[in-house]
Amino acid sequence: MTIPLLLFFICAILAVVGAVSLILAREPIHSALSLILVMIALAVLYLLLGAEFIAAVQIIVYAGAVMVLFVFVIMLLNAGAEERTNWSRIALWVGVPLGFFLLLECAHWLYGSPAGAAIGTGSAAATPGISTAALSEQLFTNYLFPFEATSILILIAILGAMVLARRDE
Amino acid sequence: MGFITEHPVLVVSLVKIAVLLFIVMTALAYLTWFERKVVARIQSRWGPYYVGAHGLLQPLADGLKFLFKEDLTPPAADRFVYLLAPFIALSLALTAIALIPFGPPGIRVLGQPVFVVSNIDIGLLFVFAITSMGVYGVALAGWSSNSKYPLLGSLRSSAQMISYEVSLTLSVVGVLLLAGSLDFNQIISGQSGYYWHFLPRWHVWLQIVGFLCYITAAIAETNRIPFDLPEAETELVAGFHTEYSSFKFAMFFMAEYANMITVSCLATILFFGGWLSPFPDSWHWQLYLPAAGLLALAAYCAWDTVTEMRGIARLQFAVVTMLALVGGLICLLPQVQVVIIGPFWFVTKVLAFLFFYVWIRGTLPRFRYDQLMSFGWKLLLPVSLANLVITALLIVVRHG
Amino acid sequence: MVPVSYYLVLSAVLFGLGVVAFIFKRNVITIFMSIELMLNAVNLAFVAFARAWHQLDGLVFVFFVIVVAAAEAAVGLAIVITIAHNRRTLNVEEVNLLKF
Repeated sequence: MTIPLLLFFICAILAVVGAVSLILAREPIHSALSLILVMIALAVLYLLLGAEFIAAVQIIVYAGAVMVLFVFVIMLLNAGAEERTNWSRIALWVGVPLGFFLLLECAHWLYGSPAGAAIGTGSAAATPGISTAALSEQLFTNYLFPFEATSILILIAILGAMVLARRDE
Repeated sequence: MGFITEHPVLVVSLVKIAVLLFIVMTALAYLTWFERKVVARIQSRWGPYYVGAHGLLQPLADGLKFLFKEDLTPPAADRFVYLLAPFIALSLALTAIALIPFGPPGIRVLGQPVFVVSNIDIGLLFVFAITSMGVYGVALAGWSSNSKYPLLGSLRSSAQMISYEVSLTLSVVGVLLLAGSLDFNQIISGQSGYYWHFLPRWHVWLQIVGFLCYITAAIAETNRIPFDLPEAETELVAGFHTEYSSFKFAMFFMAEYANMITVSCLATILFFGGWLSPFPDSWHWQLYLPAAGLLALAAYCAWDTVTEMRGIARLQFAVVTMLALVGGLICLLPQVQVVIIGPFWFVTKVLAFLFFYVWIRGTLPRFRYDQLMSFGWKLLLPVSLANLVITALLIVVRHG
Repeated sequence: MVPVSYYLVLSAVLFGLGVVAFIFKRNVITIFMSIELMLNAVNLAFVAFARAWHQLDGLVFVFFVIVVAAAEAAVGLAIVITIAHNRRTLNVEEVNLLKF
């Protein structure tokens, strides 16, 4: 059990615990906190995979801005506890085993078949990390058009959010 | 011993973390003493004077007071989030200090740099990531207290923090363009060298607008006067930490001062050359400055002990005099001189920034909340953007 | 070292949990958060493949997914606030004026 493998398992378990807690939580604020836990666990996984800049962007933008927006909206709307109703029995007794079976099937395909094995045996974190300079070079040369289009998209989103959230005075 | 040589990274990191944690917690405590003394002198009074010599044991007394206070929880509060919020605030504030280099990276023990706990290539980006997560401490504290004043205070405070965070990061990008890297050590070494053999090549001369935007946004980001309306007593009782008492309140308090220290450290690294000396390297007498400072402190403490102090305070001050004397004599050794000069300049510059923070606190009145928000969005953000665009244009024109 | 397939399995599990949350939850904000969970799972798969095949395009895609998700969250939450003010409820089953 090497340290990267141990770290992977810790972060994977944290991410899955966060995701399950998002489903099972009663208050929306607890779901938001679980999602933040998932995002931070994923940021550590990105660091393990050598994508340092993406890990930083994930924390700054996703966990530090988008989730703050979610928390603000939950606080503003005073979203209280969800009502608990009995979930459908069929969903619980048939759905969950079917879900597990699907997962086993995927794992078998990934490990067993030749095509899956080619992907599976590529070991991650063997070479050093990807530098910010290389990534930004790609962003500003090959992907310049999507970059500029995304900035216009953000401008439209800002204007849209301002118009939608404004009350008629 | 074999374990130490086999796992140098782990062992040296643990030792560095322990030492840094101790130093930072002591610095936080004495920063409160420093602030109370300076604000008191600005207001023509003495400040803490009786608890220990010159009030130096006041932080200890305050810490004990916080520990012994009654720990209340509001009845309808969300327990888990209520307990989580101060932990988030303090742990994030302390984590950011782990990335700051206090001295040159060349000085190593067992192959690991001594003066920085963790040296990563995108250090600046991670410091901003950690400070952007600091909004959660404030927002969750107000929400979980289940009470009007904390909720309003936390909404205002977190809205203020995220507004000024944008200007904070934009004002720094000009420095990044000049330095060409996100690594702190690269940014500092890009500021070495001198103009006309005596003026250090700090980024502040070239990026004065960026520096002013940064310092304004930093004061707003840490919720200090003049931007501290969400915490002001006359407005919102105590803002988001109204319902917190005893140790949890102490954690918020420490988190605010730790944020102040982080932001001052960033300002010295990005704009004022970090651990580089402001005097040219050919002036060899500057190596004696730490020793001279400590011996001068020892002389002042000795004079004070003999003439002014009474009783127990005299004994305490005699101990301080002895410590300062021993420290000063140690700093006269040539091996120690070379090692200590980097952190000495860094700490001096950070102290200057902290004095500036406290000076502003004692002098300026508060902004009203709508003035604060319109200042952040309508003045500071366009100015930071304009600074960035003009810097980029000038760099392209000069290299084109 | 950690094989890439481990990351893919984790990504599939997170995506599945996001779908479950999307179907079973009734608060519109929680449904929105499950969409963000699904996007995060997909991001993980992209980064894992970018590492496995030593290509930067996966990371560029992740960058754009994060940015577009931020824009979508902003507009979506503005819509949620509007619905909450108009219909006085955050339960998706009660926002059913267009139901046949």
